[in-house]
Amino acid sequence: MPSELDASGNARGNAMRWLAAALAPFLGLVLVVLAFWIYGRVFKPDATFLSSFRLALIAKQTAIVGMGALGMTAIIAAGGIDLSVGSLLALSSVCLALGLEQGYPAYVAVLGAIAIAALGGALNGVLITSLRLVPFIVTLGTMLFFRGLAERLADQKKIQAASAPEWLGTLLDPPARDSWALVCDGVWIVLVLGVLLALVLNRTVFGRRLFAIGSSEPTARLCGVPVALTKIQVYALGGAFLGLAGVFQFAELNKQGDPTSGVGLELEVIAAVVIGGGSLSGGRGSVLGSLLGALMMTTLRSGCVFAEVSDPMQKMWIGAIIVGAVAVDRFRQRAA
Amino acid sequence: MSSAAALLELRDIAKRFGATQALDGVSLALAPGEVHALIGENGAGKSTLMKVLAGVESPDAGEMRLAGERYAPRSPAAARKLGVAMIHQELAIAPHLSVEANVLLGAERTSYGVLRRGEQRRIARAALARLGRGELDLDRPAGSLPIAEQQIVEIARALASSARVLVLDEPTSSLGAHDVARLFSLVRELAASGLAIVYISHFLEEVSALCTRYTVLRDGRSVASGLLAKTDHEQLVRHMVGREMGEMFPRVPHARGEALLEVRGLSGSKKPEQLSFTLHRGEILGLAGLVGAGRSEVLRCLYGLDGVVAGSVSGACGLRVPTTPRASIAAGLGFVSEDRKGEGLFLDLSLADNLSATALGPFSRGGLLSLRRRDRVVRARLADLRCKARSPSQAIRELSGGNQQKVAIARLLHQDAEILLLDEPTRGIDVGTKAEIYRWIGELASRGKAVILVSSYLPELMNVCDTLGVLCRGRLVALRPIEEWTREEVMRLAVGA
Repeated sequence: MPSELDASGNARGNAMRWLAAALAPFLGLVLVVLAFWIYGRVFKPDATFLSSFRLALIAKQTAIVGMGALGMTAIIAAGGIDLSVGSLLALSSVCLALGLEQGYPAYVAVLGAIAIAALGGALNGVLITSLRLVPFIVTLGTMLFFRGLAERLADQKKIQAASAPEWLGTLLDPPARDSWALVCDGVWIVLVLGVLLALVLNRTVFGRRLFAIGSSEPTARLCGVPVALTKIQVYALGGAFLGLAGVFQFAELNKQGDPTSGVGLELEVIAAVVIGGGSLSGGRGSVLGSLLGALMMTTLRSGCVFAEVSDPMQKMWIGAIIVGAVAVDRFRQRAA
Repeated sequence: MSSAAALLELRDIAKRFGATQALDGVSLALAPGEVHALIGENGAGKSTLMKVLAGVESPDAGEMRLAGERYAPRSPAAARKLGVAMIHQELAIAPHLSVEANVLLGAERTSYGVLRRGEQRRIARAALARLGRGELDLDRPAGSLPIAEQQIVEIARALASSARVLVLDEPTSSLGAHDVARLFSLVRELAASGLAIVYISHFLEEVSALCTRYTVLRDGRSVASGLLAKTDHEQLVRHMVGREMGEMFPRVPHARGEALLEVRGLSGSKKPEQLSFTLHRGEILGLAGLVGAGRSEVLRCLYGLDGVVAGSVSGACGLRVPTTPRASIAAGLGFVSEDRKGEGLFLDLSLADNLSATALGPFSRGGLLSLRRRDRVVRARLADLRCKARSPSQAIRELSGGNQQKVAIARLLHQDAEILLLDEPTRGIDVGTKAEIYRWIGELASRGKAVILVSSYLPELMNVCDTLGVLCRGRLVALRPIEEWTREEVMRLAVGA
């Protein structure tokens, strides 16, 4: 931010610096897109990487990871981690399907599924604060626990909720060709919630508390921050986002609640947050960065399919790029 | 001394970090068998000089010679191999490893990558025996030993790698009186056996008792050196501070008002036992005592950071029995931690975040913050305190220790605390900022605030406080107006004599 305190008062220099800082998170994404675009021009003259169809697909594939990354951004900024996200997603989608099967109105079933996932998140927070265990261990345990719970509730089967209303099944479907929406409803929901979350993190007392805890818990305690309460709230918030991601998953699977969905999601979500500048030691994290991180990974995957990279090679590339992206970001931080 | 006799010789060492000239011409000569005192205020360049000696940093200019050879270690390991060993204030012990493993850490004896246990144990045993601790259990985890013994293990590590020069940095800061005496006789024996020892401290009494010669560092320069026997403390202090006492401790007139805090029989889960005192408006109450006497714990108990097991609090402030920092803040208490980096500040967060952390109320409406209003208030505060910073959004990590401490204190001013609990507020900051902090403390008292000041630096307590209490083993053994104290009397009660 430009400042009046700066004695040298170089307003234009400050503005340029601000612009550079604001655009830096986009850099990785732009590079990835550019790389595949050039590949397409050279090797696949009859197809283009930047088709509107592919972009809509990428956006859609980002919705679930992006939703999870929103919650994880808050958790990681507060110095925590949540490994149970994949299981919470499955639990939510199963609960949604069961609720609909039981004949509850769709809105009630959706809110119920989100509430159950939020409760699951709150349970993580309560265990972490009351047992004084590290989040990694607690959520490693609840990852299994919630997965088992989802499987048990679903009786280890996929639950088809045929009675679900149409809008619930099409959350992630591409919009009609002539629609103004450009991308599916789910992506819009992620974007709107992203803006709200960014406001909460940066412009509310709750947000300041969360960064304070992530930056230094002893200092937060000294400054009178209600540490335990805030942590429980953060994990519950993360759970709520996962609940909504579970609703997306339900739509993605054509109105099915699948207790085995979302396995390995935690790694993608954490990678997105970290690529986006979040620090696993807490105190740093940005909504925009995390969403771009999620988008970058989906774009990579989609690009690999476009470039007909084999699945094993794809995994190796994405793994390497995650590490590289974070290394570059840390280097940039240190240089700044 | 002729340079031929010197074991270690430093000439005109300079080192710059960014905009700060940390060392600016340091010269030092050290003979074998000598215990040489390196003294100076915090920020004088002692720790940078240590790093240069230990091979952590390499100097920009100047020359170092060890036994006549050019000495330019590229890493701490290289320095150790050449025979220069450091014992830092924060001990470098691997707490889970055994005593033996700690003594030979980094210099393990192996054949084809396999440890030679027999030789390891023999070397460790011999090194410990030289320190009079041959009986120490080699298999015990080093972390389970008392601090004094851990220090012995570190010195043994230096001996095991046949050190010729041993640098001790504030080695007594966490030792009791008995252990200090043992350490001193040990240091004398090591020197007698031909080691050259650099002893870093700012306790002049210790230095006089132990060392033969001294070098004073100030603002990165070696400003004086000579024989301790021929120099009195007044002279040393003048060299260290570079100014007269009157400038150091500006007096702001203030008067004592109503009783603000009455503490009766307060006992904490850790330290203070049966603590009773009364704090008035406009009063600066100092607490003296050795490390571990429970000075910090008094403040931490009152602030709700440590548990309270007995006793009561009353008085004009709203505080009853302290429970949590949150409740204490609401009752008008403010606390500056002695551990600025670990507990006092959020190093990753901005100046504004740090300054406003205890009182976001003025900027929030229904939980929503107005950052513009906050920045305006923070700017005004920073200007008041003459804190050198670019903007409220600057990361506090980038500020110097003195400016960081200004922000830590500004937090209490911002929350408008009535009772300020200051734990070592001038530790590790430059002399100029110290004087400013003393002036604020006086000004706060003149505005009717009450201050409890905990400090290890007796001149500070003697010159700033109105009332001084001495703690010994968790008990407040005396509380008197400052005029009734002498430095000797404070020390006598502090050591429990």
